[in-house]
Amino acid sequence: MTAEELHFRAFRNPEHIRALAALIAQQAQGLGPVRIMEVCGGHTHAIMQHGLHTLMPENIQFIHGPGCPVCVMPKARIDQAIALAKEPEVVLVTLGDMIKVPGSDGSLADARAQGAAVHFVYSPLDALAIAAKHPDKQVVFFAIGFETTTPMSAALIESAQRAGVSNLLFHINHVTVPEAVSAILDSDDAQIDALIGPSHVSVITGAQIYQPLVDRFQLPVVVSGFEPLDILEGVHRIITQKRAGEAKLSIQYTRSVTYEGNPTAQALIARTFKKRESFEWRGLGAIAQSAWQLADRYSHLDAETIYADRFEANPREDHQACLCGTILRGAAKPTDCPLFKHPCTPQNPIGSCMVSSEGACAAYYRYGQEVRL
Amino acid sequence: MITLAHGAGGEQTRELVETLFLPRLKNRWLLEGGDAAVIDPLRLAISTDGYTVSPLFFPGGDIGKLAVIGSCNDVVVSGARPRFLSAGFIIEEGFKKADLERIVDSMAAALEAIDVALISADTKVVPRGSADGIYITTTALGEQSLSPLRPANLQEGAVLVASGFVGDHGTALFSAREEIGFSGDLKSDCAHLWPLIEALIQAKQIPLALRDATRGGVAAVLNEWAISSGLCPLIEQAAIPIRKEVHGACELLGFDPLTLANEGMMIAAFRPEQAQGALATLRAHPTGAHAAIIGTVGASHPGKVVLQTPHGTARFLEMPAGELLPRIC
Repeated sequence: MTAEELHFRAFRNPEHIRALAALIAQQAQGLGPVRIMEVCGGHTHAIMQHGLHTLMPENIQFIHGPGCPVCVMPKARIDQAIALAKEPEVVLVTLGDMIKVPGSDGSLADARAQGAAVHFVYSPLDALAIAAKHPDKQVVFFAIGFETTTPMSAALIESAQRAGVSNLLFHINHVTVPEAVSAILDSDDAQIDALIGPSHVSVITGAQIYQPLVDRFQLPVVVSGFEPLDILEGVHRIITQKRAGEAKLSIQYTRSVTYEGNPTAQALIARTFKKRESFEWRGLGAIAQSAWQLADRYSHLDAETIYADRFEANPREDHQACLCGTILRGAAKPTDCPLFKHPCTPQNPIGSCMVSSEGACAAYYRYGQEVRL
Repeated sequence: MITLAHGAGGEQTRELVETLFLPRLKNRWLLEGGDAAVIDPLRLAISTDGYTVSPLFFPGGDIGKLAVIGSCNDVVVSGARPRFLSAGFIIEEGFKKADLERIVDSMAAALEAIDVALISADTKVVPRGSADGIYITTTALGEQSLSPLRPANLQEGAVLVASGFVGDHGTALFSAREEIGFSGDLKSDCAHLWPLIEALIQAKQIPLALRDATRGGVAAVLNEWAISSGLCPLIEQAAIPIRKEVHGACELLGFDPLTLANEGMMIAAFRPEQAQGALATLRAHPTGAHAAIIGTVGASHPGKVVLQTPHGTARFLEMPAGELLPRIC
């Protein structure tokens, strides 16, 4: 076994997982309900994949947060992506998770099947090669994601400018974590006692972005890694704080996250984008200062304004019974939704939470049913 | 409207077959729904498959090798020895002759390796832009050596064996695509399965059921078995042979190795008293060198597959759903 493999396996060591779960159960005795929101969809999937929720005592509950960029995009934005893709001169480039998200009338996959030019990429920088390959086309990069992917879009914009690429525009849908979590904690149906903070977002921003939440809402926030032992250690730290009656910011994922974050990436974001006054989130409504748009010096590259007359103003309403929005607020579980599995499935998604690899409904569909042997 | 999902081998492919093809074309052989049709009185097994893989050349193989091995393996897992192959080539105008030579050379080598003869072929060339390079469709014809192996033969207590590493082909194909830009030594597992079956027959270790884990991977095979037998395969996560490169790539890309395609790996179920012997037989052949017992067949959750983790939790392993990788075969 190589050192690399040992390192990887160390965070999934079965004996350590069982021991830590037992310690959590013991220390949580006598505490009231502890409802822990894991903000990031990656954590939701890890919890379900490894069955960590089934190792918890009854008074510890995981509540799934809004940290799935595709899930929180309102239909109007998806419709704009599809409208752009249908423009004859446009080649739309976006990340793979977008492919099946239902808009008012079909998805990008459907638009592609009808002849629209849509490319799905893993790295935003691939848009440069696509732009070079289609010099006679207007390539539009539909940018999506939280703070994790925002610097990548910024790097693409700077690279394209440096290289003098003239046929690449941008449709920016980057959103920010603290404002959304703050809106959830402020809402009437919020019953959240602690947060597991996102790991990849925090690599960029630093754990500092959660300090105002800790101060304002007086709840423990632990930034944890994605491996089973990372998450369990995060829960253990939360329980320890609860026992002591404390509410502090703590970094468990110290192998990647610092308090300050990555200043180079932060500077890149700051010079490429500016905050929108307000942005409409699916399920959460309009949240002030919760998303980015292109900075003034790049406004001539903004597909959102250039193609504004092609966008329909009124997206079709979500399916009435779809609980996606409520699930994103942490106020319902995927299994509470009457559409879950019948008829809403990853192949035929009705709500966005069923589409994305980070969506809570997709996690429940893939891993969710508890098995007692 | 037909979308890429209809060709991905998952739920939508099944739906297309069941609602469009079968109602119009059904007969007793098609309705059997096996990897190959077995024509009983003639003791023949026949299977057709089309190959559209992208890229055409990938680590461990190419479209030519795959077109031979893929269809032959479908015949093999029905318990037949492949003997003859027919092939149809659809080539895009402008395709390089050198590439065609390379593909056909690779087919010839794959045919020779298991003594299969190509006895009929057709070539069509379509205008530039009407196809992506080259597509190949092959039909394999085999002599039935065993009575057809059907999932209905599965029984409680049967031991499940994977004949090799899981997920190599899907990962290698994905890594070879330029847009991903991974590097590494990972190769497709593309390999003939007949030598493994032949060895099992010689050792009188006849499997109860057999399936090559192609599109949809191990998860699809086990779920199909669970549904058609009404039993419950129980899999030990820690026992599944997965290369660390595959594990790493899957972690990075968010794939489950159990849903990735293989082209030289099968899942076999054996009677418990024969399992260790069969494992030794498989391991004695290079294609089966990494074979492992991955679980047993139980009855606790009829029609479902249960995956047990090493830390004591368990969950259902679902039928692969959502976006599967397009054009892996």
